[in-house]
Amino acid sequence: MIEHLDTDVAVVGGGIVGGSAALFLRRMRFGVVLLERDWCGAKASGVNFGGVRRQGRPLEQLPLAQRAHTLWGRLPELVGSDCEYLRSGHLKLARSEADLDSLIAYRDRAEGFGLGLEIIAGVAFRERWPALGERALGGSLCPEDGHANPRLVSPAFARAAAALGAVVREQTPVDAVDRDGARFVLRSGDRLEVRARYVLNVSGAWSGRLAAAFGEPVPLESGHPCMAVTEPLPGFLDVNIGVEGGGVYGRQVARGNVVVGGGRGFALDADRARPQRDAVVTLMADAAELFPQLRGAHVIRCWSGVEGYTPDRNPVIGPSATTTGLFHAFGFSGAGFQIGPAVGEALAELVRDGRSSAPLDAFRIDRFLKQKDRGGAAA
Amino acid sequence: MTEPLRPVIVGAGPAGVRAAERLVAAGLRPVVIDEAARWGGQIYRQPPEGFRRPKSALYGFEAGKAGALHAAMAAILPDVDYRPRALVWNVEAGALDVLRDGRTGVVSYSHLILATGATDRVLPFPGWTTPGVFTLGGAQVALKFQGCTVGRRVAFLGTGPLLYLVAYQYAKAGAEVAAVLDTATTLDQARAAPGLLRDPTTFAKGLWYVGWLRAHGVPLRTGVRPVRVEGGERVAALVWRRGAREERTGCDAVAFGLGLRSETQLADLAGCRFRFEAMDRAWLPERDAAGRTSVPGVYVAGDGAGISGADAAELAGERAALALLEDAGLPADPARAAAIEARLAAVARFRQALARAFPFPVDWAEGIADDTPVCRCEEVTAGTLRAAVADGSAREMNRLKALTRVGMGRCQGRMCAAAAAELLAQALGTGPEAVGRLRSQPPVKPLPVAAGVSHDEAAE
Repeated sequence: MIEHLDTDVAVVGGGIVGGSAALFLRRMRFGVVLLERDWCGAKASGVNFGGVRRQGRPLEQLPLAQRAHTLWGRLPELVGSDCEYLRSGHLKLARSEADLDSLIAYRDRAEGFGLGLEIIAGVAFRERWPALGERALGGSLCPEDGHANPRLVSPAFARAAAALGAVVREQTPVDAVDRDGARFVLRSGDRLEVRARYVLNVSGAWSGRLAAAFGEPVPLESGHPCMAVTEPLPGFLDVNIGVEGGGVYGRQVARGNVVVGGGRGFALDADRARPQRDAVVTLMADAAELFPQLRGAHVIRCWSGVEGYTPDRNPVIGPSATTTGLFHAFGFSGAGFQIGPAVGEALAELVRDGRSSAPLDAFRIDRFLKQKDRGGAAA
Repeated sequence: MTEPLRPVIVGAGPAGVRAAERLVAAGLRPVVIDEAARWGGQIYRQPPEGFRRPKSALYGFEAGKAGALHAAMAAILPDVDYRPRALVWNVEAGALDVLRDGRTGVVSYSHLILATGATDRVLPFPGWTTPGVFTLGGAQVALKFQGCTVGRRVAFLGTGPLLYLVAYQYAKAGAEVAAVLDTATTLDQARAAPGLLRDPTTFAKGLWYVGWLRAHGVPLRTGVRPVRVEGGERVAALVWRRGAREERTGCDAVAFGLGLRSETQLADLAGCRFRFEAMDRAWLPERDAAGRTSVPGVYVAGDGAGISGADAAELAGERAALALLEDAGLPADPARAAAIEARLAAVARFRQALARAFPFPVDWAEGIADDTPVCRCEEVTAGTLRAAVADGSAREMNRLKALTRVGMGRCQGRMCAAAAAELLAQALGTGPEAVGRLRSQPPVKPLPVAAGVSHDEAAE
């Protein structure tokens, strides 16, 4: 027999955005039903690198990233655990003078957003991080950026929402979303029907379908990172490391394992991905160059995930351009983990107030609509 | 046919060698990749070059079979592309990633026979990580490969034919066997006897080991559960119970195991579909009677496809090779294939009787104390696993792994996943078939970072 639920907000997707949106909506006393096809936080939110990083983001993301920074500092209060979150600092390395210039230019442009970036080069750099390989000439440090365990963080938000009364249904795919007057009707097979005033489309790489169903297709593509972890090693790395221009990144967790990433994976099917062999081999070589301590170590596991990428690498966040009561947040293009909680909070504000206190204009969905379609749709 | 066939066999144990032999007989030149330095697999493992113990001492009753298998491989060596000391760490898009001599390279295949064998199945109990506690298979390898024992006075614990065999081999090698403690009951064994008589030779050998041990004054106990290992730096005693009554056996080593578990990660990486097999109490690659998996051109044979022992592995290896020939449109031998399948079916029936004689101790999980480590690599205790179940977070193996790190360490769950599945199932009030299985990720065993610095570019 089909089960019927009636609620204020239906959240489609239990990643870090959906989980945090559900949490903040419950704190505002909205009724919430969260539907997750897999397990909450089992996809990109839970299998990403774990970098909690503002540095390097496009400037238009920095207000949200700053709000997220505050929320990350409140993790124990919000979800009951620190989830191995550490404000270790994030150091972005320069491997050439041109890289260093580009880091300086970013620091100058980002001034006023409160990242507190410090450029460190030459002798001071070598003395501070003697363990780093010689190719790095210097870097830009964001002292309060850091890293966390994504496997713990992302499920924790959904769990915290459930503890505050959100109805969280895992293993529950949403097969159809229709309108019935002022309400949405969401169906999961012949098991469940949810009626809601608002719908949040926060399904990561799989969000395109729902957007398209409401007449606003987004050119969303799936991307697959390549990550690897070593056996535990004596501590040598106390900052989260990135490289100007991308390519390789790494962090060492409290247990001593070094997590590194770089290169791409490939899709096994629409839901699963695995690192490419060439990427794994290149990553090991790059990581050994960046961190000479890894040369005698072993990689014990590689993995990938499925992330939604937009053409301009900025996410879609905000109200639907076609349908009142529908809100989107997806397409984080490989960088959704840090800002996820602030996006969830902004979605909750949108539901409550019709607007968010963070500027979301750069993330409007109608920026992808064809010019000829835009006039009427972008109301 | 435009592309030449390039069959690759992973594993040079009984299944791998017989598969290679059959392909060579058909005029093919298979690649045989094996982790060991010399062929034979675990059961017929050869000692290092220069060791001079006779086969009769190394392999006992099986010396003839070991000798025949070793000779079979030696005879086809000129016609095989044999690559010992090589680890296949990944399968991707019709090619294997192979680590050899510190370098990783790519070996492509047209057909792949996975004869990856098995390891001991172990479940934790208090003190099981004390130095001096070995698996049964590990204890046997020490004897076969290096000619040494794991202790002077060894207690044997667990269940399965290997329990009595290894105890016997230790006694013959001069070690003192403190006790043989079987988790199965005498009743289990009596009930299974009619089925075991399907293979009277094997049954007789089993009885002979038991009789020999008893005649030499070794305490044999059935219906046993372990209580704890005592000792700090080294095992001092094994405390065990029958019913409520505890006993203490002084010893300086413990060898234990609860049957074997198949090595299936490569089949998983190759994309093979799995199903839960109640008799093995494990998820195994789906296969037909010839060893074909759900992936065309990929075959499984031997204990890596489900535990059935060395004799069956030889047959299954040959059968998989015949299937490969059939599938490639080459002349096979249908009569031989049918004969092998009939013999394998008989082995399967015997194997069912063995499973009744040495049943898996399904109550083990509930008796594991919360502070007992389950995952040694990541130091995850039974209590941590139970807590993740209790708060509603983990109802499936991959979630349990994500939340607790169980199976995330060097062994990637090869050693602990069976125990974790038992605990998860027990905590949920269900069976291991209902909690799923860990997804395999490359590398299947730890891969030196340095291998990425000096890798071979071109696919072969």
